[in-house]
Amino acid sequence: MKAGRLKQILLLTDGCSNHGEDPIAVAALARNQGVTVNVIGVLDDRQNEKPQGLEEVESIAEAGGGVSQIVYQKSLSQTVQMVTRQAMTQTIQGVVNKELQEILGEGKSIEELPPATRSEVVEVVEDLGEACELEVLVLVDTSASMHHKLPTVKEALYDLSLSLNARTGSNQFSIYTFPDVKNTIRRVIKWTPELGEINGVFSKLSSGGYTPTGPALKEALYAFTEKPLFRGIQDGEDPYEETGF
Amino acid sequence: MKKQDFKLFPGTYLQGKWNGHKYKVIQKLGAGACGTVYLCQTFQGEKVALKVGNDSSRMMLEVNMLKKFSKVQGVKLGPAFVDVDDWKATSLKVFPFYVMEYIEGVPLSNFLRGKGKEWIGICTIQLLTDLEHLHKAGFVFGDLKTDNLLMSNSQVRWIDVGGVTAIGRAIKEYTEFYDRGYWGFGSRKAEPSYDLFAVTMIMLEMVHPNKFEKGAHPRRTLAAKLASSNDLKPYHSLIAGVWKGKFQSASEMKQALSYIVMKRAKGTPVSRKQMKAQKHSSEWGELLALSAVAGVFWGFSIFSFWI
Ligand SMILES: Nc1ncnc2c1ncn2[C@@H]1O[C@H](COP(=O)(O)OP(=O)(O)OP(=O)(O)O)[C@@H](O)[C@H]1O
Ligand SMILES: [Mg+2]
Repeated sequence: MKAGRLKQILLLTDGCSNHGEDPIAVAALARNQGVTVNVIGVLDDRQNEKPQGLEEVESIAEAGGGVSQIVYQKSLSQTVQMVTRQAMTQTIQGVVNKELQEILGEGKSIEELPPATRSEVVEVVEDLGEACELEVLVLVDTSASMHHKLPTVKEALYDLSLSLNARTGSNQFSIYTFPDVKNTIRRVIKWTPELGEINGVFSKLSSGGYTPTGPALKEALYAFTEKPLFRGIQDGEDPYEETGF
Repeated sequence: MKKQDFKLFPGTYLQGKWNGHKYKVIQKLGAGACGTVYLCQTFQGEKVALKVGNDSSRMMLEVNMLKKFSKVQGVKLGPAFVDVDDWKATSLKVFPFYVMEYIEGVPLSNFLRGKGKEWIGICTIQLLTDLEHLHKAGFVFGDLKTDNLLMSNSQVRWIDVGGVTAIGRAIKEYTEFYDRGYWGFGSRKAEPSYDLFAVTMIMLEMVHPNKFEKGAHPRRTLAAKLASSNDLKPYHSLIAGVWKGKFQSASEMKQALSYIVMKRAKGTPVSRKQMKAQKHSSEWGELLALSAVAGVFWGFSIFSFWI
């Protein structure tokens, strides 16, 4: 099995959507299009109760085949890279499980294999996670309540690139913010292999009280499909694309 | 992440569904992100550590590492591997578990409490000795931290090999305080120097047991923490050297560290540099003098029986 290419949307938000279509439905659509949706709910460091509306975070990620986590600002960096990594492993495991079922019959998954075989399978999954190509579109909620969290977000994204770029496989990142009055989302960093200097990316902030998470996710999905893909890779050669992930 | 929906009380028996081995739970040792570790007894009455969890893939990766590293080049690195299996709980849910050597010891931080500062150098050399073997085998420890270290018979042992990563790959598990990427001192690629940075953080933690945050200027914070400790004085240039990337392997760092240790042990300094070092680093180590006399700089076993 050769390493393929994984596509993820990473949504960073702190509240519930209140405008436009249902983000859960859009996430399900994304998953169907081979894009995994991960969601991180960012709490204030002093916030001691979980605010309302954050249940949505889990539902969106679940529908999007991804991973979610609600965290305080101070653990954002570690969470962002962990969620991304976990989602990669989860996706690859899904593909491997599918192949296993083809070989061993319905209902067989990694967990049900005898330990000796399982031991080999998890190595394969890990090797794929190390070598696969990864595209992450980061979608940042820049509505008013997020403003003071944005420096932490920036730091966490730099940290994410540090983690992922230690892998053998190549990475592509891009950053979008929402809401944007004109186009729902706004591209602030186009596809790049590294999120090194991202100073000033969140300078133009939106202030309206609305959070159109669903429409923003949909735009992000379009941005994905319009993206000129890695050159030199023939479609159809790639197991993840083939299996529709 | 997921919540565990079982509890194992002392006296409970747990049997594997593949290999059939039975283990009696004696007590809980600790819980982590992916599982809980229990002290158990085998059918033969042997004490073992048993980890049971939810994430079967992650547990299996740990097992693979344990198998690889229980012994490298005849040296015991992690706990020895004993068994891997699945356990069907009364709820009929199946939980993966594995069994390893029980390492009887105390956490490094507890061990150091009230101990003389000479132990800083000794523990660090022990750690570097193990890392040397691991690096030579082509692996990096990764998640090196005091939580993953036990002092057993005056010897450092590591207990959690979940972060061990092949050299050249991405570090798969880390803890921010010990991570050079967090402090702005390099990448998260698995290189021997990644572990060496963590070793310096363990040294800092030995003198600042409450740890500290990175603040607005991480590198400056570290420099200040290093400068503020008298006990670390002998190692200042060593630690700063690691931060500058001066050492590429555990052997190099160990050599430099033992040079510092030996310097003081010898009665007659041979170079000016050594004299200078002797002045500010006073009387720390009859122990070392003893070992020098014995001519056993590396035989740390001498400490263990002597103490
Ligand atoms: N082989 C062992 N011998 C003695 N005690 C052990 C052994 N393995 C683990 N322990 C004890 O159990 C605790 C938890 O173990 P472990 O390191 O596997 O989990 P963790 O590091 O807390 O979490 P994670 O699952 O995230 O690695 C340890 O802190 C230690 O006290
Ligand atoms: Mg651990």
